[in-house]
Amino acid sequence: MTSETETLRNPQASAAIDELSTYKWGFATDIEQDFAPKGLNEDTVRFISAKKNEPEWMLEWRLKAYRIWLTLPTPEWAKLKIPPIDYQDAYYFAAPKAKPTLASLDELDPEIRRTYEKLGIPIEEQKVLAGVEGARRVAVDAVFDSVSVATTFREELKRAGVIFLSISEAMREYPDLVRKHLGSVVPVRDNYFACLNAAVFSDGTFVYVPKGVRCPMELSTYFRINAENTGQFERTLIIAEEGAYVSYLEGCTAPMRDENQLHAAVVELIAETDAEIKYSTVQNWYPGDKDGKGGIYNFVTKRALCRGARSKVSWTQVETGSAITWKYPSCVLAGEDSVGEFYSVAVTNNYQQADTGTKMIHLGKGTTSTIISKGISAGRSDNSYRGLVRIGPSAEGARNFTQCDSLLIGDKSGAHTIPYIEVKNPSAIIEHEATTSKISEDQKFYAMSRGLNSEDAVALIVNGFCKEVLQQLPMEFAVEAQKLLGISLEGSVG
Amino acid sequence: MLVIENLHANVGDKPILKGLSLIVNAGEVHAIMGPNGAGKSTLAHVLAGREGYTVTQGTATFDGKDLLDLEPHERAAAGLFLGFQYPVEIPGVSNLLFLRTALNAQRRLRGEPEISGADFMKKVRTESAVLGLDMEMLKRGVNVGFSGGEKKRNEAFQLGMLEPKLALLDETDSGLDIDALRIVSEGINRFRSPERAVLLITHYQRLLDHVRPDYVHVLADGRIVETGGPDLALRLEAQGYEGIAA
Ligand SMILES: Nc1ncnc2c1ncn2[C@@H]1O[C@H](COP(=O)(O)OP(=O)(O)OP(=O)(O)O)[C@@H](O)[C@H]1O
Ligand SMILES: [Mg+2]
Repeated sequence: MTSETETLRNPQASAAIDELSTYKWGFATDIEQDFAPKGLNEDTVRFISAKKNEPEWMLEWRLKAYRIWLTLPTPEWAKLKIPPIDYQDAYYFAAPKAKPTLASLDELDPEIRRTYEKLGIPIEEQKVLAGVEGARRVAVDAVFDSVSVATTFREELKRAGVIFLSISEAMREYPDLVRKHLGSVVPVRDNYFACLNAAVFSDGTFVYVPKGVRCPMELSTYFRINAENTGQFERTLIIAEEGAYVSYLEGCTAPMRDENQLHAAVVELIAETDAEIKYSTVQNWYPGDKDGKGGIYNFVTKRALCRGARSKVSWTQVETGSAITWKYPSCVLAGEDSVGEFYSVAVTNNYQQADTGTKMIHLGKGTTSTIISKGISAGRSDNSYRGLVRIGPSAEGARNFTQCDSLLIGDKSGAHTIPYIEVKNPSAIIEHEATTSKISEDQKFYAMSRGLNSEDAVALIVNGFCKEVLQQLPMEFAVEAQKLLGISLEGSVG
Repeated sequence: MLVIENLHANVGDKPILKGLSLIVNAGEVHAIMGPNGAGKSTLAHVLAGREGYTVTQGTATFDGKDLLDLEPHERAAAGLFLGFQYPVEIPGVSNLLFLRTALNAQRRLRGEPEISGADFMKKVRTESAVLGLDMEMLKRGVNVGFSGGEKKRNEAFQLGMLEPKLALLDETDSGLDIDALRIVSEGINRFRSPERAVLLITHYQRLLDHVRPDYVHVLADGRIVETGGPDLALRLEAQGYEGIAA
């Protein structure tokens, strides 16, 4: 057994994960970027590992990933139109100091500026988000209070026994835990981008909730005030031991600029018996301008292993940003009666492309999964839901309910629903519902006749459309996400 | 309050309103009756600013302002309310959220402060009790799963909540049972005041038994063809529109 799968005591799960590794949905690569050439080779990997003071095994792990990556074919698939990416023409560790910064907020894309204002983001924070020269130091002063708040959080977590660290710190402080679990759910060779991530990931988050512990706070609260190290290649690993509970939120409603066009994160979740993990994402990376120029490519691999009986993982995502989004948060439901949930809102506007969905792999008896996907496409954008529900031979009495609703705004956008269903146990019950609708003029006029302007009317209708998903989000983020949906669709309705 | 002069309007390319004139003063209640397809709802939609309804000639002012120049939401904030003949469903948006959002949007446009949560709920309780709408219904999506009559009661509820100056009620009485008709009529009567006006579009005298109009107009083929007092409605009830010059 290879080192990245040895922690999988369940051979079925391990086989399922292996099989997932041969991705069916791909896309093309080979890029051009205007950065000064830097490139990727073994020395780059060694450099990263050395910079982070990593133990030897970690370097070996990265190098192995790198060597595998070299052998992987560049993926080609999905409904995405992806310009070629040149991996040798990118930076893999902290981009050079001379970051392309703005001299002042006046140089910022006025659209983004308006969005910041609508979200009510303070000027100093706007500067940090936009990368205005000299902004950071000022902002640190401005959030001084938050820093002390963060320390309080840290202490409270420590008292509860929850480990919450950057993955680099965790590697040094809890090497055994990290070594045991890293790559166990998303193996190194899983797919092209996950493999690349394994070789060069810069940092990320590690969460460990011990047996019987209910994490005393939403980890979002902490994360949001420490959101600055959202990097290009993030790696997140969350482990909930028996009976543990944790809710984690990543992302930011403010559109963030990043000089790195390619983002390839990996998230691994492990839930043991009776454990529950809620993982929520609000993703609003720069989507490119109105003509489709610029924008982040977001290729994420997120997977959860519900290893224990009655374990539960919920993925909730609100995706509004990025030029290209490619992600399928998945659950391998190995434990008996384990539960996987996927709640998703994906909004595309202008020239954005999103290909997102989930995979629910039912292995254990009595496993259940729920998929609620809401796709909203406006402008000339394309929005695809792609989902796999697989019921393995031993998943007696497994159930899945899938509901995919698409909302079209205007007549130049596209919505696609592509469900894959594979059932190898006849006792399984699978329900699939799909709808496609348009915002009706009647609804819009009704809302406007009551006092809402055109944009607010559309935002309200869209929020209604997404309600089942939004209500899964932690309260304070639900409110922001609602605002964000409205803003993302601005100008899309006549 | 509302002055309409020689209004011509098309729906798509089709002329529907053909030179309609009407003056509604504060404190008055006007009833508009007329055969199916005469253009009553069209008039209501044109006044509320619905897209796709093009005014080709004539004017309409509201409190001296050019009504036709305003967006629908600006008309709402200016104090115009349209009770829909066919209220629309908005799934996932609760009636309460919808109304609060609308009320605050209007207030913002008028430069007034937003209503507090407590004041809003107090008002909701008063108005919904009058109209017999229970809280459970108000928490549901806007008009979602409401019966025809409940939708109309909900229109009356919104009227009470939004407190406009001019209420254009397009067949708010249709589909109501006998008790609901009385309840909704009471709602309209409560709304009546020297500062406000009501334009009732209706087919039935029974509404006018409860809400006594100051004027009754007959709209036929896109024009007001006859105007009278409450007795005109009684005459129409007895004789139909046959004898009315189109
Ligand atoms: N979108 C449309 N396209 C074409 N014609 C339309 C459209 N909407 C309405 N009309 C026509 O305009 C005319 C007036 O319709 P309107 O709804 O104003 O009548 P009404 O007086 O309210 O009738 P009712 O008493 O049945 O409610 C009708 O002949 C109708 O068919
Ligand atoms: Mg009508």
